[in-house]
Amino acid sequence: MIDKEQIRHIATLAKFEFSDEEFDGFATKFQETLDMGDKLQDIDTTGVEPTTNLATRTTVFREDTPETDQTREQLLSNVPESDGRLIKVPSILDTEGDN
Amino acid sequence: MNYFDHSIEELHELLVNKEITATQLVESTYENIEATDKKINAFITLNKEEALKRAQAVDEKGIDTDNLMSGIPIAIKDNILTTGIKTTAASKMLENFVPVYDATVVEKLHQDGAISVGKLNMDEFAMGSSSETSYFGNVHNPWNLDRVPGGSSGGSAASVAAGEIVAALGTDTGGSVRQPAAFNGVFGIKPTYGRISRWGVIAFSSSLDQVGVLSKRVKDAAAVLTSISGEDSKDDTSAAVEVPDFVKNINPDMKGKKIAVPKEFMGEGVNDQIIEVIKSALQEFEKMGATVETISLPHVKNAVPTYFILASSEASSNLQRFDGIRYGFRAQDVKNLEDVYVKSRSEGFGDEVKRRLMLGTFALSSGYYDVYFKKAAQIRTLIIQEMAKVFEEYDYIMGPSTPTTAFKIGDKIDDPVTMYMNDMLTIPANMSGAPAASIPAGMIDGMPVGLQIIANNFDDQGVFDAALAFEQATKFYEKQPAMKGEN
Repeated sequence: MIDKEQIRHIATLAKFEFSDEEFDGFATKFQETLDMGDKLQDIDTTGVEPTTNLATRTTVFREDTPETDQTREQLLSNVPESDGRLIKVPSILDTEGDN
Repeated sequence: MNYFDHSIEELHELLVNKEITATQLVESTYENIEATDKKINAFITLNKEEALKRAQAVDEKGIDTDNLMSGIPIAIKDNILTTGIKTTAASKMLENFVPVYDATVVEKLHQDGAISVGKLNMDEFAMGSSSETSYFGNVHNPWNLDRVPGGSSGGSAASVAAGEIVAALGTDTGGSVRQPAAFNGVFGIKPTYGRISRWGVIAFSSSLDQVGVLSKRVKDAAAVLTSISGEDSKDDTSAAVEVPDFVKNINPDMKGKKIAVPKEFMGEGVNDQIIEVIKSALQEFEKMGATVETISLPHVKNAVPTYFILASSEASSNLQRFDGIRYGFRAQDVKNLEDVYVKSRSEGFGDEVKRRLMLGTFALSSGYYDVYFKKAAQIRTLIIQEMAKVFEEYDYIMGPSTPTTAFKIGDKIDDPVTMYMNDMLTIPANMSGAPAASIPAGMIDGMPVGLQIIANNFDDQGVFDAALAFEQATKFYEKQPAMKGEN
């Protein structure tokens, strides 16, 4: 069981923000989802290796030959805000809306 | 072209004999879609102009007589990248995203002369079991428009069921091809993990995600899978395993085959009427000479919570890329860079996606990693081990695909945990990577029921064999949905 403060903290880690009215409904459902996971705690898994992938191969090598892929224009075509050949982002420091 | 009456093999013959052209086939596909999609909302984007050009090129070059996919229209789930055609994953986050390259599966289909006609609706980022979390409106079930088509490949299943298209690509992370196939009375296969390259498929949970195929007829999916399978240098999880021609090698002889039925699939949490339908389906296999025995997979009852922890953890990592910087939605009215991340993600993702990303972030966070993520990954090992043991003795695991038939739109969307239980019977095959399909097995109160057929890893052919045997015995594809309801 985790409390609402912790849920707020997880939201910060996941880079989400919620208004106060949104948050209550969200937290309740989130809590229910998590309760489901708590059911696993009683299962004995002593000495069981975790499975984190099903890949059948490990390292794959290929010849290091030059290939043509996307152009710069293509790669930049979905950028929300750009300036010539550059991706535009707001300043890291607060600018009080003055971008 | 009426797709209720024609398989891909039959369409191929018409194309080869010049009784129809690829262009005519594509045009009539759009006529089908225009006639029915207002009712079911299966498509997000149509690419008519581009598809007609592609069809014309196929016609000019001539149909490849050795290739079943040559000149065949197909539809693509909207989390699979298509060059120059909007690919949204049914999210506001990617509302205006136009890929600059094709997914390997799309490239392979096009190389074989198939023609992609449009992008199919789904749950946002493939997270859901009802196609109600789409930013572009929910999809309706052609058998009863008041009901969900299942999810996340709900658009794929509904479009095939409604006869808009002969086959469609979907993706399956926890049952997202098989559950909607069952709900819509069509065939749907999730092949073995590694059988198909995921290059250009928008990642949800990389250790579980797999591209699948939905079609009315078993051999149609076999033809598509033959086209899209194979090792790919762009995806290291694609397996270096030979791809057979699943159509030519298909053998519906079930004599001597051993079928295991987990008692956990036929008990608590599964609708009684569904159990009856599945029992008579299994009798069909006995009539064909197979033996059917009840077995137990005790850890399967933990599959749903295990899945939600693992899939959400991987998703929380995979979806960190959506930060509003290089592509996708960027929030306005921001004060600094951190604000771009937080506001873009908060406004760009829907509630279900947020819930899962939060769950995953929590399960991977310091202090909780061992208790949640590692625990679930260990239970996954137990599920894999008990399934592997069954396949030492048996050719197939069979049971229902879903615990209920399609439910009403709006009934479960506010109750995530009940919604998640939909996937209890499909998740085990994702856990182990096994190939698994859902094939129509009957009806309850006018809604289709799916039989699930699971085989050992890389025995995708075995799944097609059993499915074809069952299809020949039941001929479910002759039934047509009513397309009626309030919506």
